[in-house]
Amino acid sequence: MSLPDLLFYLLAALTLGSGLLVVANPFSRSPVTSAMFLVLTLVGLAGLFVLLHAFFLAAIQILVYAGAIMVLFLFVMMLLDLQEEERRRISRFALATGVLLAGGLGGVLVGAVVGTPAEAVPPPTLEAHAVDLGRLLFTDYVLPFEMLSVLLLVAMVGVILLSRKEPE
Amino acid sequence: MQVGLEHYLVVSMLLFALGLLGVLLRRNVLLVFMSLELMLNAANLALVAFSRYSGRLDGQMLVFFIITVAAAEVAVGLALIAALFRRRHTVHPEQLTLLRH
Repeated sequence: MSLPDLLFYLLAALTLGSGLLVVANPFSRSPVTSAMFLVLTLVGLAGLFVLLHAFFLAAIQILVYAGAIMVLFLFVMMLLDLQEEERRRISRFALATGVLLAGGLGGVLVGAVVGTPAEAVPPPTLEAHAVDLGRLLFTDYVLPFEMLSVLLLVAMVGVILLSRKEPE
Repeated sequence: MQVGLEHYLVVSMLLFALGLLGVLLRRNVLLVFMSLELMLNAANLALVAFSRYSGRLDGQMLVFFIITVAAAEVAVGLALIAALFRRRHTVHPEQLTLLRH
């Protein structure tokens, strides 16, 4: 087994394992623990991006996701000062339905991927340099880019409005 | 076995199913929100893998946009959760029954 393949299996295990611990951690009910494991999942995904030769996206993933978005999550958690989610019984029906639904969806998706003949896929050739990405962003994708800037402005104004203290 | 496109897709699909499980089962709005992030990231992985194996950069551009929209979504969602907590002192969606009565 070559080194990239070995790394793939390691990173996939890290990603899926810590993803599972985000959703269902048997040791802790604290949301902060889940957030930490989500950071680990994002780092694992960034590693997978590197294996897919998407170096710039891997950097963005770490900087924006693991850096900015997760810090925002943690800030809000500290702000809310949550006590631990009480360990109440999830109803058997809800648990069975949830596991059945998620497992069914996962099974169908994985089955579709595995069942598709693989010969059609040529070996990868793409090298995504930041220069090419930037050029594409400001030529073919300039309209979505501008719309996105408006979206960010709207979100910013909305957040300020939401977090304002209400008048008595 | 040589790692190919389908390996990445399987990881992505499993991660998506995990996120769905979290959305369905967890009882804390913050954790439901984190599970949504998990699902978005699963989609990102599939897009990057498709981009690499199809030789086009469009998939990676889409991931850019998804990350940006996710950042906006997180900001608005967390502001909503904070406002909710300020008024109702709970982050448990089953205690929000105002519209039921």
